[in-house]
Formats: sequence, structure tokens, C-alpha cells
Amino acid sequence: MAKILMKGNEAIAEAAIRAGCRFFFGYPITPQTEVPEYMAARMPEIGGCFLQAESEVAAINMVYGAAGTGVRVMTSSSSPGVSLKQEGISYIAGAELPCVIINVMRGGPGLGGIQASQGDYFQSTRGGGHGDYRCIVYAPASVQEVVDLMGVAFDAADQYRCPAMIVADGIIGQMMEPVELPEPYEYKVDTEKKPWAATGWKPGDKKERAVINSLYIEVDELHELNTRLQARYREIEKNEVRYEVYGDEDAELVVCAYGTVARICKAAIDELRDKGLKVKLIRPITLWPFPVDCVKAAAEAPEVKAVLTVELNAGQMLEDVKLAVNGAKPVEFLGNPGSKMPTVEEICEKLLAMSKGEE
Amino acid sequence: MVRITINEELCKGCSLCARACPKQILEISRDKLNAKGYHPAEPVNPEACIACASCARTCPDVAIRIERE
Amino acid sequence: MAVVFEKTNMLTDAPFHYCPGCTHGVIHRLAAEVVEEMGLQEKAVGVAPVGCAVFAYRYFNCDMFEAAHGRAPAVATGVKRARPDACVFTYQGDGDLASIGTAEIVHAAHRGEKITTIFVNNAIYGMTGGQMAPTTLVGQKTSTSPYGRDKDWCGAPIRMSEMLATIEGAAFIERVALNNNANIVKAKKAIRKAFECQMAGKGFSMVEVLSTCPTNWGMNPVEAMKWLEENMIPYYPLGNFREVQ
Repeated sequence: MAKILMKGNEAIAEAAIRAGCRFFFGYPITPQTEVPEYMAARMPEIGGCFLQAESEVAAINMVYGAAGTGVRVMTSSSSPGVSLKQEGISYIAGAELPCVIINVMRGGPGLGGIQASQGDYFQSTRGGGHGDYRCIVYAPASVQEVVDLMGVAFDAADQYRCPAMIVADGIIGQMMEPVELPEPYEYKVDTEKKPWAATGWKPGDKKERAVINSLYIEVDELHELNTRLQARYREIEKNEVRYEVYGDEDAELVVCAYGTVARICKAAIDELRDKGLKVKLIRPITLWPFPVDCVKAAAEAPEVKAVLTVELNAGQMLEDVKLAVNGAKPVEFLGNPGSKMPTVEEICEKLLAMSKGEE
Repeated sequence: MVRITINEELCKGCSLCARACPKQILEISRDKLNAKGYHPAEPVNPEACIACASCARTCPDVAIRIERE
Repeated sequence: MAVVFEKTNMLTDAPFHYCPGCTHGVIHRLAAEVVEEMGLQEKAVGVAPVGCAVFAYRYFNCDMFEAAHGRAPAVATGVKRARPDACVFTYQGDGDLASIGTAEIVHAAHRGEKITTIFVNNAIYGMTGGQMAPTTLVGQKTSTSPYGRDKDWCGAPIRMSEMLATIEGAAFIERVALNNNANIVKAKKAIRKAFECQMAGKGFSMVEVLSTCPTNWGMNPVEAMKWLEENMIPYYPLGNFREVQ
């Protein structure tokens, strides 16, 4: 298929449709609004459902309802709106339902701003709402990667019966890039594969009636749910880690960054190579599960002096990097909370200083 | 003839059936106790029953079944 | 022997967890009977609330969802949009529907969402142990209005049926009570009309059922019925508020 020029948010919507998503519930908020706008125009053309909810709270609960019937369903929002969705995401995780949630991140806290940010790393990777749960979190670094990850996210959500989240910083949502779209995939609810789905039941049916629920009032029953969830999360950690390594194999410094920030780091690495400094980038594509082994191995390499984490926040992934490195090498941070993007120059300067052993 | 069957284990002795009965047939038992610790309702003069099922309709625990010849 | 009355198959065999004399059980039965009599069991999807009826999914013998507090109409919307042929109902109490879930119920009605809501108004929060509800009557004592509800401090009780009846998307709104046999029969008729309204695709339908909470009102079930008649019905008049033909 030929490449076309598409805005990130529109590509998100089209890719979801091509991954079999026929139900979208959302609410306008900058910088993700082109997702619902695109869905509003496109869904009726293909017999799908776009519905503008009264709030993000309602939208995520509509997702809960639709997901419980087994269909592929998605919602999208930006940071403050995703905060509102957290209650529903916790219920979706607790009820073991699949769905995809898009967060086109903007700066915070509070209303913050409307420029790009990575301030929701903690919220996304730690569950976000109440209780012990996780979402599989993908962090694309280009419009093409958003498109490529969409089918992956829907498949993983179905496979593990959990919410999958794509966190694209505002730049990914707002910029236009050439993309190649996949062939459309028609998703049909298969009651054999999703026996838990509310697809209709009458006495005498082979399967049990569906009860989509996250309430387990008995301590032992709640423990059983949590044990099941944790076992599933261990499986996800084993199978679903994605990352990209860029730069020199025998690098003396390792940089960890994701999303748009990782692209800036790549430019810095290219520039430093010309100046004789070898740096390797590890770009987590899944923020959870985090590529622990990859970061650990990189940091433990004898030629590596230190690790730098670059983020568009106050240092959130930094904690995961430190956990992975586990004291093997010094871990430093460069970045800003809010939306002030680190520049190639700042990153180069920091890495050169680290190479010289300066703080 | 009318048969009133009260599932005594479901009954919570709330008296709403006795209140609803136009013939004052039902009373809360003084000596019976079910597994939950409630005194269940019981028909004291079932022969007066007219099978109106008012008791069954008002029973919050759907514990009453009514049959007639 | 001919059966005059027996438990509907649309209710499971699970015994209700409700307190003695609580009318939730009657309302469960009426909704279940209507679904069964209309032959909708296979298409039925219920959405349980948070509140005393949180376990409603154990009792209705059909596909069921348990929603977050107040969100049942949004969950029902998701179900109905995904399965337009389904018979979708929410079962919600006054805290769930008239307090935390006002946005969801108002907008489900406003969209003319083809769902049926059974709204149980007993003027108090039951499950958490008797706190003031938006429907608690002026002067009524609860654990969070220990001196009686003060209208100047926290407003007058909200009349949801009257409010929702002003919304164009609402096709059927009626308030009923279960204080006597005649009213129980009327309540069932209203619930039937509400479900018929949904299946005819007319729009949103709701039946508000005035209910008792003997435990948290601090009365026996018979006294509670009398209190409902003397206090609730005068403030919450029974009758139909909207019926789109």
C-alpha cells in the first residue's frame, strides 16, 4: 500500500478502525480531538458506532459496557481526561475486559497546558486508578509506529483480557507524517474465544450466563482474582516487552528515552558520533512491561560509564531505569516537567559532560 | 382448596404478607426458627384462603407459592 | 393443582441478601417477571448499581454487568450500542442515580438511549448504613443529617421523575409505589410499559419505585410502609409523567 500523509490523531483513528474497532466513545479535549472527529465522520461509513459521551467518565463506562459484549472498542483523551477515566479503567481491569485507551499526553498538573508532555508515565504504567492492576502501555515515537502498534494493542488486550493503552505525546498526535496503513481487518466476536462476553444467554445454554463484574466481597475470592491478574501480568512481562536499540554497540553511555523525546535523542547521538562519542539509545516501546533486562544488560556492559534518562517530565521513567540498573552504574536525568522539550544541544552537552565524568 | 407453600428458609419474618392478606391467614411463627434465625410466616387458617396471591406478590423474598384445585 | 403464583425463572435460586421487609426483592421480581413474560430473557442484559442492589447480578437470571457507582446508564449505553437488539436495563438506587450518577442518567435520557431504568427511591443510602440521600425528605433524620435534613443547608429532596420528564429523549417516565397490592400491580404494569417502550425503540424509559428501608429508617417493615404512605407519597406523587405514543 502506498504511503499517505496523515496527522497523528487521524492515523490513530483510522488504524483502530483497520484493527477491527467498530465502537468509539469519547469526549473532546486538546490535543486529541481529531481522534473523535475522525471517528465521527468515519464510523457511520462503515456501520460502526461513534458516540460523543457527556464526559470522559461516561465514555470509559460506555467502553466497559461495549467491551463486555466482546466487541473491539476504544476511547481516546488527553491527560486531564484520562485522569477522569481512571475509575472506569480500574473497573475494566478488575472485570478482565479488553479495550484500547489512547492518551495524547499534554502538560500538567491540573489543566496544565495543551503542549506535548510525558507527564502521565507514572499514571499509565502503575495502573492509574485504585487497586493492583496494570495496563499494557505502548509509547510510539512516530505516526507510523502508532499505526503499527494499534493492531498489536487490540490483540494484546484480547489475549490478556486487560486494557491496553497507547500514550502518544501531543506531538505524535498533532504532527503529520507519511504512513502506510495496514489492510482493514474485520473483527467478529467469537463466543468460543470470548465465552465470558455478554452475547445473550438462556437457561439450558452450554455456557454460563455472563456476569461482567469486579466485585469480590469474600477475601478469598478477591485474592483469587488478584492472583489470576498478577499471573497474567507476569505472562505479559515475559512476552510483550518491546523496545528499540539505536546507536553504537560499544557505546560508553546509554540513553533511555521514549516517544518524541527518543527522536531528539537519536539526533543527539548522531551528532555526538561525529564528535567521537559513542552513545546507545534504548527506546522502550512498551512502557509497561518495561524492558528491564535490556536496560540492565546495557548498563552492566563493562564499557558503559553511565546511563542518562531523558523525558518530558520531572523524571518518571527514571525510576524504572534506576530499578533496572540497580546501582550497577550512575543514572542521570535530563528533562523538564510540563512541556518544555529538551533540545539536541542540551542532550549533547549533558552526554559530553557525563563522558568527561562531570556532574 | 388452596395450597400455600412458604419457603421457610427464604422467609425473613417481615410480616408484609400478613399485612397484605385480606383474610388474616398468615402470622409470624412464635416457635419456629429458620437457619438464618428468623421466625418465618405460617398460615394459621389456610382453609379461608381465596388464592388472591396478595401475600406472594408483596413478599420481598419471593418465598410464597400459591396453588389451587 | 393449578399454580396461581410461583417464582419466575428470570430470577436465580440465590436467596436475596436484603434486610427483612426491604422492597428491593419485590422490585427484582416485577422486573424479572416482565422480562420473562415478554419473552426477552435471551436478549436481556441488566446493569447492577453500587448500593444495596450491588448484587443484583446474582439474582437476575440473564447476562449481567456490575457498574461503578452511578455509571450504570453509561455502561448500558455501551451495551445497547454494541447490541442494539438487546433488552438492556439498569437497576439503580437513589444515591446511585440521583446523586453520583446524575450526569449519566440525564444524558442517557437526553440521548433517548433505548434502555429501561428501574429507579429505587427509598430516601436514604442503605448499603453504607443510612446516610442522607438526595431524595431524603426535609426533616428526615439519617446518620449524616442527624438533626433532620435542613433544606437551607443541603437543599430540598430531588424529584428525578419530574426532572427527567422534561427531557425530550425520555419516552416513558412513571412513579409507582409498592405499599399495597393494587399499587404492586400498577408498578408491574408501568415496568412492562417501560420495557415495551424500549423494545419499540421509542427512547429512554424509567420507572421510579418508592421503596422502604426499614433497617435504616429504624422501623419495622409494616411501620415503614405506613411511613412511606404518609411521608413519601405526598412529596413524590405517584403517576405517569411522560409517555410518548
